[in-house]
Amino acid sequence: MTTTTWLPVLVLASSLVPAVAIFLLPEDRHRTRTTLNLAGALAKVGLVVALIPPVLAGRRFEWRVPFLPEVDLVLRVEPFGLLFLGLSAFLWLLTTVYAIGYLRTDGRHRSRFFGFFSLCVVASSGIALSGNLVTFVVFYELLTLATYPLVAHQQTAAALRGARVYLTYTLGGGVALLLGAVWLTALAGPVEFARGGSPAVAALAAEQPGAARAALALLLVGLAVKAALVPLHGWLPRAMVAPAPVSALLHAVAVVKAGVFGVVLVVDELAGVEVAADLGLLGPLLVVACATILWGSVRALRQDGLKARLAYSTVAQVAYVTLGVALLSPVATVGGVVHVVHQGLMKITLFFCAGLLAQTLGATRVSELAGAGRRMPLTCAAFTVGALGMIGLPPVAGFVSKWYLGLGAVDTGQPWVLVVLVVSSLLNAAYFLPVVGRMWWGRPGSTSRSGTRARWEAPPALLVPALVTAGCSLLAAVAAGVPLAPLSMAWLIVQGG
Amino acid sequence: MADLLLLPVLLPLAGAVATAVLPWRRTVGLTVAAAQLGFAVAAVVAVLRDGPLRGSPGGWEPPLGIALRLDGLGAAVGLLAAVVVLAVLGHAVARPAAAGGPSAWPLTLVTVAGLQAVLVSGDLFTTYVALELMTVGAVGLVALGGRRALAPALRYLCVAVLGSFAFLVAVALVHARTGTLTLELAAGALPPGPALGTVLALATVGLGVKAVLAPLHAWLPDAHAAAPTTVSPLLSALVVKGSLVVLVRLWSALGGHAGLAVVLAVLGSGAVLWGGVLALRQDRLKRLVAYSTVAQVGYLVLLLPLALPALDPAAPDGARTGALLAWEGALLLLLAHGLAKAALFLAAGTLVGVAGGDRVADLAGTATRAPMVVLTFGVAGACLAGLPPSLGFTGKWRMLEGAVTSGAWWAVAVLLVGGLLTASATARVLGVALRPDPDPAAARRGVPAGARWPALTLAVLAVGTGVGSAWLVDLLLVGAVPAG
Amino acid sequence: MSAPDTFLVLGAVVTLLGAARLLTTRDHLRQIIALNVAGAGTLLVLVALGSEGTGTADPVLQALALTGIVITVAVTGLALVLVRRVDAAAADADADGDGDGHG
Repeated sequence: MTTTTWLPVLVLASSLVPAVAIFLLPEDRHRTRTTLNLAGALAKVGLVVALIPPVLAGRRFEWRVPFLPEVDLVLRVEPFGLLFLGLSAFLWLLTTVYAIGYLRTDGRHRSRFFGFFSLCVVASSGIALSGNLVTFVVFYELLTLATYPLVAHQQTAAALRGARVYLTYTLGGGVALLLGAVWLTALAGPVEFARGGSPAVAALAAEQPGAARAALALLLVGLAVKAALVPLHGWLPRAMVAPAPVSALLHAVAVVKAGVFGVVLVVDELAGVEVAADLGLLGPLLVVACATILWGSVRALRQDGLKARLAYSTVAQVAYVTLGVALLSPVATVGGVVHVVHQGLMKITLFFCAGLLAQTLGATRVSELAGAGRRMPLTCAAFTVGALGMIGLPPVAGFVSKWYLGLGAVDTGQPWVLVVLVVSSLLNAAYFLPVVGRMWWGRPGSTSRSGTRARWEAPPALLVPALVTAGCSLLAAVAAGVPLAPLSMAWLIVQGG
Repeated sequence: MADLLLLPVLLPLAGAVATAVLPWRRTVGLTVAAAQLGFAVAAVVAVLRDGPLRGSPGGWEPPLGIALRLDGLGAAVGLLAAVVVLAVLGHAVARPAAAGGPSAWPLTLVTVAGLQAVLVSGDLFTTYVALELMTVGAVGLVALGGRRALAPALRYLCVAVLGSFAFLVAVALVHARTGTLTLELAAGALPPGPALGTVLALATVGLGVKAVLAPLHAWLPDAHAAAPTTVSPLLSALVVKGSLVVLVRLWSALGGHAGLAVVLAVLGSGAVLWGGVLALRQDRLKRLVAYSTVAQVGYLVLLLPLALPALDPAAPDGARTGALLAWEGALLLLLAHGLAKAALFLAAGTLVGVAGGDRVADLAGTATRAPMVVLTFGVAGACLAGLPPSLGFTGKWRMLEGAVTSGAWWAVAVLLVGGLLTASATARVLGVALRPDPDPAAARRGVPAGARWPALTLAVLAVGTGVGSAWLVDLLLVGAVPAG
Repeated sequence: MSAPDTFLVLGAVVTLLGAARLLTTRDHLRQIIALNVAGAGTLLVLVALGSEGTGTADPVLQALALTGIVITVAVTGLALVLVRRVDAAAADADADGDGDGHG
């Protein structure tokens, strides 16, 4: 049952209004800015929570406005979009708290920072709510524009270089996406996302398989840039120059997630899995995903910078989602969809902790972390939870995702994917366990700077978000079977509800 | 309805006289600009409700009298002009130094009157006179830039008048062959053949010169580099559009010409790519923005070859659909370019003042000193590059859709590469503006708030109106030939 | 070739010669003269077009030509003012020894 309402617009407005207000705010109005930020983030969480029960009960909320003749902008609340929306609303709240604490010490251009920060959330909410391809493209490109000033935020030569690389990659990808979207629209009309694929696209695939294949492939190539699939992942490690909250946003909530969310949408809700498989799109996608998983992990092994190591880890981990979609199996799709949430929770924990360690101990390299666990036990405990989850050890969320992906691989009769998963887990262990070990059991030596400042733990505004996300990573696995847990939602999305 | 046709021409003319002789230039100027906005909105409403507005002043019917006709395209450009002029005059009030002296007021109003006359004229002879009025005003505006601007102004004048001669011969030829000067009556009366080809070729060259169609653009970058801040938006956003509107009307009324369309396709593509590359390579900010105008005019000229099948009733349905999509898209881009380019030039002029030099390299630190102005520049640049949800995006989307539908893949490539070039040029400026201030301690003049808002408003409009593109397309198609 | 056709060709040639000179010379005064030559050619074309076929003059085209003359005279005046300003500015620049200046 579809209801036309303003609710989806309200979801966007809950971050757009603060964004505009913050842009107009003078630099020194910290209290007003904080209030606006938190009010917007809380309002968004509240709206999302209010949307969950009716959507689970089968209601759909929709809002559309004519954009061009015969082409509408469509915002629609669907289970998968709601999952992504819920994730970004929840993590945005925590990241805002964290960012307010983080920028307290280095507080230039805060209006600009928080303005674009909120605009990022507008864009990712719009992506989550988009009901057709045009709407998706609009918000996807808006996300590129809104993140550029955040990556460049520190305005150092390195930051500007990173931002330029980021913009080059994403605008290039945007061209492929735009061409694919226009082509598909020209051939099949303004296609809307639908469960099991759009009928218009299916008809086109039957009539003109070549054109349909080319247009969908262009869409996937465009999305692969933000999803950081090899060989289009080069921007992600360089964007690491951004402040820690931005990295958290880039890796867990917005940019990379928008890419894989788009991949899932294009395969599952635009083309439909069968059509995509018939057109021969899933095979190459599977290979690229596996290559990305292995390559990202191998590169992560050799990084000494903590954030660089985390960045390559993101490259690998996000590809799990693509892997889940590319495997022609509902179980694997569940694994992929649920990993959208799980990876977000775990990776944001890791980035929060990396920022804390850098701010409190001045440690940005793995080699400088020796003995950090004694100074900051809570931070390091949260980091450990995230790291174990990334490796895929129970009882952390990552285990659940990998379990379902593995089941799906066996299910479709492609056991070599299982080998990829195992090798990747071993590599994850190889680059995360030394970090964890050094934190807890390493001796502060000459390379460690953890003895330089006498301070215990980070301020609560920074620590609490990290602890909360770490706790959620555990909870998502332990209580995976509970009705509102990510896994249950993923089942609901894949099976239709 | 004759009031809505004549008043927007007569009022700025009266205003021009008043601002030239009376001491209260600002009051008179701003009042006229505000009234123009009111007229423009009323005209848009009337056109949407009743279709094209017609009139013949003094009760003299053609051929002796003057035929006036305002179609949807004219009403839309009139609204664009009213908004841009109000913003520009607002900027001039806040930063008088940016206006180029007291003569700027009457010259601006004369140019506006000329443009309005172009928009409402329904016969070719009135169009010719109106174009001359607009050109003379524009030349005066260019010359306000002082010593360095005088030679470009003279060059502009000579080339533009030469273009007018070509247009005049085309007009005479139309009359000699059809016995009428009214565009509506001449439509269809001129059968395809050498005469039609000659008319369109002469008119295209003549109007192309005024609309800085490459390779006829040589005067433009020099003129912009020297022109005062408030002059560039008028030239680039409005004067250029006046000639383009006439070109579009003439082509659509007379039915176009296939051979000429190929030439225009080559010239338009060349302008998009070459102008884009040159913009990227400029050292000086205003020249960078000026070359981007050359590129943008290329997009608009691509309209003519892409939309050709829409003018031919015998063309197959698929080709007509594609052509109509491209038509809508290009006209949306015309409006987008007007808003965004005006914002870009105002922001660029302000940034040059803030930076203390007009080299791109001088801009380091301006993002800290004038964040709003840099933001304006970025937003306007994003619109020009066709990034969503701006009007530039919807226009480009529509044009791409049209090109894909009619299988014109060369145009798809040109549009996409052109967008990337524009985005790169904008990103280059932003990248420098975000660099740390080389001399943070130096005392600097701030930007008055009144000078920030007009440009930002234009940029926000350029982005925001994208969401209302469906409505704009409806307006643009009123009275247009392909719609019928 | 009938008389109107002769004038048509003649007018076109004069216009083209004027235009070519205008675009090739860098001397401002020559540019203005070339512009007027091109203008004269254009008006010749107009008048020739007006007397094609019937042999009697077409009043509308003659009105066009008259308006063209008026506009050309006005524009020439404007151009001459600009030339004077350019020359004055050049003289100033020579005196100051720098080419920089704002209005």
